[in-house]
Amino acid sequence: MKCTDFLKELSDYLDGKITEGLKAELDEHLHWCHECHVVLNTTKKTIEIYRDNQIYELPDPLRTRLHDAIMSKCRSSKHHKKDV
Amino acid sequence: MATIQKRAAEGVTEEMALVHAAKSGDLEAFSQLVHRYDRNIFRIAQHITHNEEDAQDVVQDAFLKAYQNLEQFQENSKFYTWLVRIAVNEALMKLRKRRTDRTVSLDEDVETEEGSMPREVADWSPNPEQLYGQSELGDILKKTIQGLPPGFRTVFVLRDVEGLSTEETAEMLDLSVLAVKSRLLRARLQLRERLTRYFKSKRDGDGHQ
Repeated sequence: MKCTDFLKELSDYLDGKITEGLKAELDEHLHWCHECHVVLNTTKKTIEIYRDNQIYELPDPLRTRLHDAIMSKCRSSKHHKKDV
Repeated sequence: MATIQKRAAEGVTEEMALVHAAKSGDLEAFSQLVHRYDRNIFRIAQHITHNEEDAQDVVQDAFLKAYQNLEQFQENSKFYTWLVRIAVNEALMKLRKRRTDRTVSLDEDVETEEGSMPREVADWSPNPEQLYGQSELGDILKKTIQGLPPGFRTVFVLRDVEGLSTEETAEMLDLSVLAVKSRLLRARLQLRERLTRYFKSKRDGDGHQ
């Protein structure tokens, strides 16, 4: 297996969506290919760091303001269907 | 008794009950749906537009549109899937308005070679979260994801940040499963490549020990 073949399967490998047979082949490649091993590790960390550090949280005061605005617009928009 | 029934109705069934109530004009039920998903919609909108004002507009417009078109919601998919679809379209429209120089579409073929083959192959410092303060780290993550084409970052956000399945993401974005997978792989690799420039282990050579 070449590194390019490994890379093609990287996402499915990380998501655990590959057959046992393919996993064994990929593991075999990882065993001797340091570069793919590092790419696999750092890609995994990339996903984790975005998942663990939510960079766009909605602050509570803004949340309340948006919620009020949405509900007031819904209230003044005639009920769905009737005005469409 | 009522409590037991309420608990049993949790999850999808409860959501459908709220949708039914909202459809028949119960505004309080719709308010609960807003509360359930406003944070997710805001995050998705921010990731696509990269502009807080636009993201706020998207949240408002998406929920209002959902409310006005509830009758058209077929109920053969999840309400959230339907809602995200509306929000993604609204967010892309905002993005188009800001970038009058070029069209923005999820279908645009983003054939960048960047990231297809890793160039930066270095392990990261044991803990990038300790290497940078919270706000500095946030800036790096924002700057990095902003550099991805919209079609890539939208797929990455839905799949990896919001934790949706490939199939759900495909349905939300009107893309094939294969297209979602291909974009996700390239998004992950490009982000990895760019983040490595910040996080690579110091002993790999930039002099700080």
